[in-house]
Amino acid sequence: MNGFIDFIMGPLVWISLLIFVIGLIARVWIIVAEIKKKEAYIFSYLTLYHSLRSIGAWLIPFFPRSTRQRPWYYGISYVFHLLILVIPLFVSAHIVLVEEAFRVSWPALNDGLADAGTVVVIAALIFFAVRRIKEPDVKYLTSAMDYLLLFMVGLPFVTGFLAYHQVFDAMWPGAYDYITILHILSGEMVLIMIPFSRFSHMVTAPLTRAYTGSEFGNVRQAKDW
Amino acid sequence: MNVPSQTDLSKEKAAPELATDDAIEKGLEKLTPERIKTVINQVIEKETGARLKTYVTTCMRCGLCSEACSYYLSNDKDPRFSPAAKVKQTIWEMIDKRGEVSKDFLRRAVRIAYLQCNVCRRCSMYCPFGIDIAYMMLIVRRICHKLGITPLYIQDTVNSHSATLNQMWVKEDEWIDTLQWQEEDARDEFETLRIPLDKRGADIMYSVIAPEPKFQAGLLYQAATIMHAAGINWTMPSMPGWDNSNMAMFTGDNEISGRIARTFFEAAADLGVKKIVMGECGHAFRSTYDVGNRWVSWAMPPFEVVHALEFYHDLFTQGRLKVQEKFTKKVTLHDPCNVSRGRGLHDKAREVVNMICTDFVEMTPNREHNYCCGAGGGVINCGPPYKKERMVNNRVKAEQLAATGAEVLIAPCHNCHSGIEDIIHHYDLNMEIKFLGDIIYETMEKNVYVPGE
Repeated sequence: MNGFIDFIMGPLVWISLLIFVIGLIARVWIIVAEIKKKEAYIFSYLTLYHSLRSIGAWLIPFFPRSTRQRPWYYGISYVFHLLILVIPLFVSAHIVLVEEAFRVSWPALNDGLADAGTVVVIAALIFFAVRRIKEPDVKYLTSAMDYLLLFMVGLPFVTGFLAYHQVFDAMWPGAYDYITILHILSGEMVLIMIPFSRFSHMVTAPLTRAYTGSEFGNVRQAKDW
Repeated sequence: MNVPSQTDLSKEKAAPELATDDAIEKGLEKLTPERIKTVINQVIEKETGARLKTYVTTCMRCGLCSEACSYYLSNDKDPRFSPAAKVKQTIWEMIDKRGEVSKDFLRRAVRIAYLQCNVCRRCSMYCPFGIDIAYMMLIVRRICHKLGITPLYIQDTVNSHSATLNQMWVKEDEWIDTLQWQEEDARDEFETLRIPLDKRGADIMYSVIAPEPKFQAGLLYQAATIMHAAGINWTMPSMPGWDNSNMAMFTGDNEISGRIARTFFEAAADLGVKKIVMGECGHAFRSTYDVGNRWVSWAMPPFEVVHALEFYHDLFTQGRLKVQEKFTKKVTLHDPCNVSRGRGLHDKAREVVNMICTDFVEMTPNREHNYCCGAGGGVINCGPPYKKERMVNNRVKAEQLAATGAEVLIAPCHNCHSGIEDIIHHYDLNMEIKFLGDIIYETMEKNVYVPGE
């Protein structure tokens, strides 16, 4: 058991981080290489200015018309994306682990704030899931994979929340260890999944946005928001 | 004015699968499972690449594109009409099944790609990732074209392009004769007016779509008077290349689409003109400014291509055209996708409208966000079998127009014009529909511009 814990807290952290980073770089690399080979025209139209203009416009909350038409969805989605990036990086328990290992640290998020943020993430995931069930157009597009993706993002947050509050320890002493193991494992699983699943939209969406932004801005001289 | 209420308009429901089309059915009869598989995989592997793959693997199935689509809105938010749903029902499944799809699947795919999508690209402005769904619909059309299951009427226009290099089987002598006839008529108004054919070294080559000489010759008349009054050194080609339309671009027949574009630019090169001005047509502008040029390896068009909207704007701002008396009826303006989303001309269009009209009211949404006419992208060219569903599929346009309370609708694009004319009649909107050129011709001073005077 201790050997397993050592593995998931040692080598597997490195393995998952490497797969995450190298996997995403490879994703972009392969896309660019394939474009060079078969669709080089894309580079004739891509401009840095119009790419950044489009990405920027879509990063500003409620700037694009469509985001104003769906204020609830976009509002929740903006907050959700921000939190799933910020919480894992700035929660104090993670920073302590890094500090113990490497003697580097950075300012941590207040624990109460991180806790509240975690609840928001979980609530947002429930909202996304309910939306997939309730809204006919989204339901039509949804497959099992979409629920799996929601579940996988949720797992580290739910287990993190349970571990922090040591929820089951009163009735089941030692539950904390198992929940923590599940927390670490699920976090690593998500990192490993990112390059191989539609989670990779974290790097591919800026690419599609850049190209559309360039076609609209550079060729068609129109806005795309 | 008789404005139908929203509830009146919503009574009609879509009956999307009723129409029949011999060309599709006969094409399907000839297909074997092997042939279907080979063609689909060939197109996906040889003609697409990272772009399609990235679109497919980036889409998060969030449904935010749904409300961009006039088909979805007009069909009471039927989920099958959501842009992403159209992709799911066509190219996703072709990719997932590696081309092993049934004839029933293909019958539905033809219907979706040619008749339930105008490739207007509004949805790529509603997708947070800017995924180009119209591109994927055009890939589906490319596959259908290669499988020989293109709808009958639009295929006929491509056959005409192929044989005559114009869309409407217009013979060479008919073309020249029509221009001479319009020239003769216009000389009642302007004694010295000419429609100069093949005038080498003219400043401007004016080009139109084949339906103008075929059944809208009055538009040639108007254009000639505007050119003459503005004192433009212009010409039109007598040889193929005069027609700037390009239906092949919309059927997936890229080879013929490229031939059309090349002939067009070669006509301009032969005449040695400085720039090309084109009539009020949207898809033709898309072909010559954005698509056809790429197929013949020009990243951007080899000539400056100026749409009528921009040309009129130039004529007024340069003082070459003057307004005698402004048009007083209440007008509204429809922004065609291919010149607003396709070229950002919506603000100039408004300026021109305000220069010639006293009472202009916006429709909502407008500019890049305007609802599609429901006719462009080849949809209206699929012909009479599908007219009824075209009307049902664009109820939202009728509602948008009715809400303006305008007496006159200006639609500066041929496809929009014809499509919305049908909408106006079908929904009893009691609105007149005009090209911008119609109003300019009505309101302009009928004397000839002389520089310095």
